[in-house]
Amino acid sequence: MAGASTAVPAVVVRRSLAGQGADWRGLIFQGLLLLSVVITLLFLFILLADVFSRALPVFTERGGSFLSSSLSSSAARSGVIQGLFGSFVIAIIVVIVAFPIGIMTAIYLEEYAPDTRLTQLISINIRNLAGVPSVVYGLLGLAVFVQLLGPLTGGRSVIAGGLTLAVLVLPIVIITSAESLRAVPQALREAGYGIGASRWQVTRSLVLPSAAPGILTGTVLSLSRALGETAPLIVVGAVSGYFSTGNASTVDQLFGRFTALPMIVFNWAREPQQSAFGPLTAAAIVVLLLVTLSINAFAILLRNRFEKNW
Amino acid sequence: MTTPLEENMIHSTVAPPDPAVEGAAVAAPGRDAPIAVKIHSDGAPKPEVKGTPTPQTDVATVPVVRLRGMSFYYGSFRAVREVTFDVPKNEITALIGPSGSGKSTILRAINRMNDLIPSTRVEGEVLYNGEDLYGDRVDPVEVRRRIGMVFQKPNPFPKSIFDNVAFGPRVHGLKGNLNDLVEQSLRRAALWDEVKDKLKQSGTALSGGQQQRLCIARAIAVEPDVILMDEPASALDPRATLQIEELMHELEERYTIIVVTHNMQQAARASDNTVFLNMGEDRAGYVVEMGPTTQIFTNPKNQLTEDYVSGRFG
Repeated sequence: MAGASTAVPAVVVRRSLAGQGADWRGLIFQGLLLLSVVITLLFLFILLADVFSRALPVFTERGGSFLSSSLSSSAARSGVIQGLFGSFVIAIIVVIVAFPIGIMTAIYLEEYAPDTRLTQLISINIRNLAGVPSVVYGLLGLAVFVQLLGPLTGGRSVIAGGLTLAVLVLPIVIITSAESLRAVPQALREAGYGIGASRWQVTRSLVLPSAAPGILTGTVLSLSRALGETAPLIVVGAVSGYFSTGNASTVDQLFGRFTALPMIVFNWAREPQQSAFGPLTAAAIVVLLLVTLSINAFAILLRNRFEKNW
Repeated sequence: MTTPLEENMIHSTVAPPDPAVEGAAVAAPGRDAPIAVKIHSDGAPKPEVKGTPTPQTDVATVPVVRLRGMSFYYGSFRAVREVTFDVPKNEITALIGPSGSGKSTILRAINRMNDLIPSTRVEGEVLYNGEDLYGDRVDPVEVRRRIGMVFQKPNPFPKSIFDNVAFGPRVHGLKGNLNDLVEQSLRRAALWDEVKDKLKQSGTALSGGQQQRLCIARAIAVEPDVILMDEPASALDPRATLQIEELMHELEERYTIIVVTHNMQQAARASDNTVFLNMGEDRAGYVVEMGPTTQIFTNPKNQLTEDYVSGRFG
């Protein structure tokens, strides 16, 4: 305690500690932040509530038959099975084609390529590619996968569509993977090199496991982006009316005409406002949302697993 | 441990660093800071003639690493200028000097760690047992296996304690019992007793000092010849620092150690030889003086050295 002669009166201490009253600017800023959150959630809520309320009758009346029926001119008999099949095949093609090529490109650019002008130029161009509108990729798909490689892909097939979407998400896969690799601390690499590990060993045993959660999250999220794209599929020639696969075998379906969930949503949404297809559109959106949400949930699960297990 | 080492260990504990002085000494050692100088247990000057009858003294005079007029460039900037010194086998050699004098650069040139930095270049020679490490047919990966490294900031892998130590032997495909090798490495790093019951736990969960000893265990698990230490204790508290220094004395029996340190007391306590570097007018590091640590700290020939070791600059 200070001596009596130097003690500061209690009132003065209390006043000096009281601060300068309310911080209005800070409060306004905080209010704006909160408002933004509310607006975002409000839009999301309205969208979901609208879609789900319109879709509900379809699911209660038709149940599983909506999922297992083919497209039809009759709304009462229409279903999304062909769209589910198309989207499923597209997902597999993206996983097989875009993921390995994208991840390996990222590893090369981050871990192997010398840091030259050329490397930087390539990186910048990959970033630009990620910003190219998706319809442009559709035109590329039309030229390359439908026309040029038509004999291999079957022309306007789900394979051509899947390859187009794989190319579309390739830059996204590369960018997210490269960023995850860049986030790996240099100290980890040095630790590996310091005990005489080769570049391959450092990359394989230290850098990749460390970057894996980020790479997985990024790539799986790019998959849900691919599944939501409509424009490239229109250009590539996904079916926009209804078609019958009838008793077509899986091979026929792979190399024949195709559709996908977002295409079905797009087509049904073009029907007249009051038509019976209105509720079907909402129901198809719900299916598409569930598919993408489950993929995202899978990505989170995968990431958590990897973070624990290595 | 064996008897010749005990005196060193006891010596370290007899003159522990004053924490306050130690803390200050990292930046600039106080002028009046007590400097404990290590005295060789035999007390006699080591014979400098090769081929003397006792193998131990013979070993002590053979330089493992020799730098011959080595200059180091980052791009066009010369960071180190024509450095020449020898590192005797099974001794501890300290590199001291102010910031920018090229200590770490020299250290990292010895195991070709600087290869990882683009557009760097070495001139002159870095010899390991007479062989130029920058020769055409030298594989830097092999160099780093024989010349291990412990870094300033403890950097254990985010793996279990066991896997941290086993990583090196695994990547080199070393034959033999991995469990024994891990235990032996951890024992030599004076960490075994603290971690033997939790080898499956993550190495990153250990304390800073334990992490650094884990990194030392990881480095010696691949049976290197030389261990480079880049300010191994600068991120640690005085107690952990002392443990690392004691450990260095134990390791010197089997390994040749080169240590970069900012800490004058540490160099004085822990090393046999000292190389004092300074930054020249051209901002390149160069060797001012080298010799037995006792001589550098008690009887330096160069005024600059005297000023530095007594804390007048740096």
